[in-house]
Amino acid sequence: MDFPGGKVAFTPEMSFISESPEERAHCYRVLDEDGQPLAHSSFIQVSKEVAVRMYTEMVTLQTMDNIFYEAQRQGRISFYVTSIGEEAINIASAAALRFDDLVFPQYREPGVLLWRGFTLQEFANQCFGNRDDYGKGRQMPIHYGSNKLNYFTVSSTIATQIPHAVGAAYSLKMDKKDACVVTYFGDGGTSEGDFHAAINFAAVREAPVIFICRNNGWAISTPTSDQFRSDGIVVRGQAYGVRSIRVDGNDALAMYSSVQAARVMAIGEQRPILIEALTYRAGHHSTSDDSTKYRPANEIEWWRTARDPVSRLRKWIESNGWWSEEAESELRSNVRKQLLHAIQVAEKVEKPPISDLFTDVYDVPPSNLREQEMVLRETIKRYPQEYPGDVPV
Amino acid sequence: MMRFQGYTTAAKEMTVREALNSVLDEEMSADPRVFLMGEEVGEYQGAYKVSKGLLQKFGPERVVDTPITEAGFTGIGVGAAYYGLRPVVEFMTFNFAMQAIDHIINSAAKTNYMSAGNISVPIVFRGPNGAAAGVGAQHSHCYAAWYGSCPGLKVLVPYSSEDARGLLKAAIRDPDPVVFLENELMYGERFPVSAEALDSSFCLPIGKAKIEREGKDVTITAFSKMVGLSLEAAEILAKEGISAEVINLRSIRPLDRSTINASVRKTNRLVTVEEGFPQHGVGAEIGMSIVEDSFGYLDAPIERITGADVPMPYAANLERMALPQIEDIVRAAKRVCYRSVPMAATA
Repeated sequence: MDFPGGKVAFTPEMSFISESPEERAHCYRVLDEDGQPLAHSSFIQVSKEVAVRMYTEMVTLQTMDNIFYEAQRQGRISFYVTSIGEEAINIASAAALRFDDLVFPQYREPGVLLWRGFTLQEFANQCFGNRDDYGKGRQMPIHYGSNKLNYFTVSSTIATQIPHAVGAAYSLKMDKKDACVVTYFGDGGTSEGDFHAAINFAAVREAPVIFICRNNGWAISTPTSDQFRSDGIVVRGQAYGVRSIRVDGNDALAMYSSVQAARVMAIGEQRPILIEALTYRAGHHSTSDDSTKYRPANEIEWWRTARDPVSRLRKWIESNGWWSEEAESELRSNVRKQLLHAIQVAEKVEKPPISDLFTDVYDVPPSNLREQEMVLRETIKRYPQEYPGDVPV
Repeated sequence: MMRFQGYTTAAKEMTVREALNSVLDEEMSADPRVFLMGEEVGEYQGAYKVSKGLLQKFGPERVVDTPITEAGFTGIGVGAAYYGLRPVVEFMTFNFAMQAIDHIINSAAKTNYMSAGNISVPIVFRGPNGAAAGVGAQHSHCYAAWYGSCPGLKVLVPYSSEDARGLLKAAIRDPDPVVFLENELMYGERFPVSAEALDSSFCLPIGKAKIEREGKDVTITAFSKMVGLSLEAAEILAKEGISAEVINLRSIRPLDRSTINASVRKTNRLVTVEEGFPQHGVGAEIGMSIVEDSFGYLDAPIERITGADVPMPYAANLERMALPQIEDIVRAAKRVCYRSVPMAATA
């Protein structure tokens, strides 16, 4: 009888498997740093329409990040998180998915929402927490979500979305739907217990999930050398029995191809797939962070400019004759105008009404909350001068 | 523990374990979205045999034996609930749920609110809570007060088999996350069950306490195993001329303040009973609710009987001293009735 686990070959030689491989896992890329296709690159052809749309959305994401960041600095919103440097991961992965695929984000993936149709006004409304915010003003900026667009509301807790994604995939599997679940997380999130439990579970339960790790080198100020000692995240896939690939996250075409292929396998073979997208967090962790305190300013600058994924894709579409200088300046000025307008509008919209304070704690408001709302309204009636002017009753 | 209520000898009896098992069976049959998940729930028939026979009947897709990771399977259960399934997550004991409490609170309880009603979480977390017998500090903690403080959760505490049936059905059918605190020592207790309670549509309302025994001199509130002790205490008190009203809370959150207050307004005296630790406990909340709503009706200070403020010791004699006993409840009731009694228990 074999040991539990099955047949294994025995050896008289005592040798330990090395803690690090001879060679690091290879990283799949399609375009070189100058946006030119590498020789012998295997990739899924992208039409002009899709390529130009991907580029447009990447520029939109980049511009939105810059403008909202500035808005926070000006005190107009309280907080913001940029995705600078990770535009290709955001947009290209979204482009490779279908609408029915459920998305469980961390918080650096607004581009996926953008691709699916969330408007700049909707983003602005959430950041300003106004009456039109789908979140009813209950969460900090960037905690977007959309039922309609199959994008689960961002929650601040790290890596908790990973087991959620597996649970939802289990649900899809039971329903036999032609769709998968995609979950995103950073290099730091993979240290959480939730990551291990979830990926193990997904393998055992054969759940159709795509795990996309944005390995951007930093978890706030913690570099990956302090986060783990494995060869990145991709090697963990095999450790759990999950098929995996390492991809150049700044290469939109490589991201697009690998996510599409992963999707076919996840749904067709009912199995999880792990994608490690190597990239660099070219912005600060958030507006509460100044990353020059723990990394050299010139390193940040280099990644922002020389290794910008947006300009890399631009070079490719330009070389195909699909883009021009005029198109570029028109796009950028249009997007900028739309964003400034969205902010202006969002800033003026009223805040959510008082009744939104008490609803949705449960399916039906309980008696104690109904009572508290009544008491609050009476107090407001009695002392109207104490009550803020821009909050409707 | 049997309370005969004038039924014929043909009245059906059921243990709490059988009651819970019958609910899981019926609800899983009625709704294909309901499924059970936890350690040992399948092949082993349940760590305490609550899920006996379910794997055989419903198969491994509906009765899932999980790897050992409470954080993992709780998160996965919540994810399944996000997408529309109705999981019942079993913890071998709620002590182990501490590893998963981030998912219970941050991923389940708060989500409907944080998502502005877009994501509902129809999940049930169930398992034994509180002390068993001789299992030591890390296996005896009572979490009623912990979960009871969190908005977004409903917290239920069945006592009898009828409670178990009605409340678990209500929990599984509820659109919000429910923490269902059972008791290991109660699983084997047998209770008569009415024909109404045996019906597959039987549901008890969440947030309503039950007056187990009517009385006029002192109100005793209790939940779970302590209801049984309180009823025994009431028997002893009756022989000494004190008529105690025993309230089975059934629901920690929402707490049935109106039933408790109505009772105290009638009796003017209150003793709260719980197994858990004294500070920030259920009794503290009940006491304050009486002060807020019925202060003028009190004829004596409120007393709370709780477990001792120490991690649960293992030795049987020490464990006995660390948990409320019938005598403690009797003495407290007498004290609020201004009968003279020795203050502390004797070894």
